Amino acid sequence: MVKVVFIEPAGAEVEIDAAEGWSLMQVATSQGVEGIDAECGGSCACATCHCYIEGEAAEAVPPPSESELAMLDHVVAERRPNSRLSCQIKAEPMIDGLILRVAETQS
Amino acid sequence: MVIVGAGQGGLQLAESLRSEGWTGPIRLFGEEPYAPYNRPPLSKAVLCGDQSADHLTIRGPDFFAKKAIELSTGTRVTAIDRAAREVVLADGGRVAYEGLALATGSRARTLPLPGADLDGIMVLRTLDDAEALCRRMAEARAIAVVGGGFIGLEVAASARKFDREVTLIEALPRLMARAVSPAISDWYADLHTRRGVRLLLSTGVTGFAGVDGRVTGVETSAGPIAADLVIVGVGVIPDDALARACGLDCDRGVIVDDFSRTSDPTIVALGDCTARRLPDGTLRRLESVQNAVEQAKSGAARLMGKERPFTATPWFWSDQYDVKLQMAGLSAGADTSVTLGSPEEARFSLLHWRDGRFVGCDSINRPADHMAARKLLDRGTDLTAAEAADPAFDLAARARAG
Repeated sequence: MVKVVFIEPAGAEVEIDAAEGWSLMQVATSQGVEGIDAECGGSCACATCHCYIEGEAAEAVPPPSESELAMLDHVVAERRPNSRLSCQIKAEPMIDGLILRVAETQS
Repeated sequence: MVIVGAGQGGLQLAESLRSEGWTGPIRLFGEEPYAPYNRPPLSKAVLCGDQSADHLTIRGPDFFAKKAIELSTGTRVTAIDRAAREVVLADGGRVAYEGLALATGSRARTLPLPGADLDGIMVLRTLDDAEALCRRMAEARAIAVVGGGFIGLEVAASARKFDREVTLIEALPRLMARAVSPAISDWYADLHTRRGVRLLLSTGVTGFAGVDGRVTGVETSAGPIAADLVIVGVGVIPDDALARACGLDCDRGVIVDDFSRTSDPTIVALGDCTARRLPDGTLRRLESVQNAVEQAKSGAARLMGKERPFTATPWFWSDQYDVKLQMAGLSAGADTSVTLGSPEEARFSLLHWRDGRFVGCDSINRPADHMAARKLLDRGTDLTAAEAADPAFDLAARARAG
């Protein structure tokens, strides 16, 4: 299991033990984390699972692919250097402890 | 509040009712034995074995408890009693509603042809269909796909990944004719041919051949095609039976407006089961995630006595092999097109105009173009073809500028 913490737009922290191999979007939506729309179901086609990654573990997250970078240009909330689409990050041991601040708006 | 249909749209409606402030009971009825799941991966990652079924579930069990959404799976609603404001369940039980949402989806169309009931002729609509198809695909030697739309092509691409012999039969002269422009159809015909799919365009299916009850081939206008597995992907039929039976206005789908209202003020409908009446009077049937989700949000607002019209630009996507196709707007009947990027490098977009108005964009491996086009279309931009044809044109910058 990999520990990740989502901070919902309203400020509530949700700590989840995620099964390895799942995308963090799937982890969040299956647990009902607020604020992640994920309309396309994880195919990097809608930019509605936007989060800001924080904490030490953020350094260990593999960088975004070219297609994720292109989609990040079109997130509705402010794009910051630590903006990511949570459907493109997999739960794996090296990101244990990652904090994901859910963007305040998705669409 | 009662919701009939526990697909992505039905679930969205339940969630939106809560975010709109509904604190009373929500009952969500689904015919399938599963909690709401994502359907798009069924023809893609699931079929390729890249994604297991438990990754498809949209919301976990804790979520339903947290939101006080009472989900009943494996439960069929058999009738709507509008006078009593009750739905009738298969076991005879009745459930009263104050507001009702129909999210009954669609069924895969089948072909009423000789031999259509042979073993080995399948459709793909549900998780059960996908799992059965996965098993069959592993054993099959020669696969025939009937229908060159999204489902047929995605299945063909998945089958080629297993290195199966694949023949795809399409009645029209081009692929995905309803959804994309001719240039994109041609590009995909070339892609599938290069990946080893035998494409038969402008070819009609007249029946199926079989031995001992099992399919052995497809009879076509181009002659017989040997196949021990046939997948029929020839579109869907909106599941509007409940609505028709209780007298709601239907025309190959429950007729709704931009607010997801049906002809009964206490009932909304959304997603694949609907036909939306546009301001110009025409009916639009869209089978897409966006359509289901947006109509659900509008429907939830409506049930709460609010107005939230769904007017956003339609968008869709399709994954075939390693190629992502994204469509924004409806480009049917376009008379002018401009290409951005490089078709040879499999990274390009086609922008479309009809009567001088920018109406749509088909993107291949150019997601940023897709997003930019959606922004422009949502705003009703005055972008011209001449402007886009300028070598210095930057679509993303134009979308930012307005």
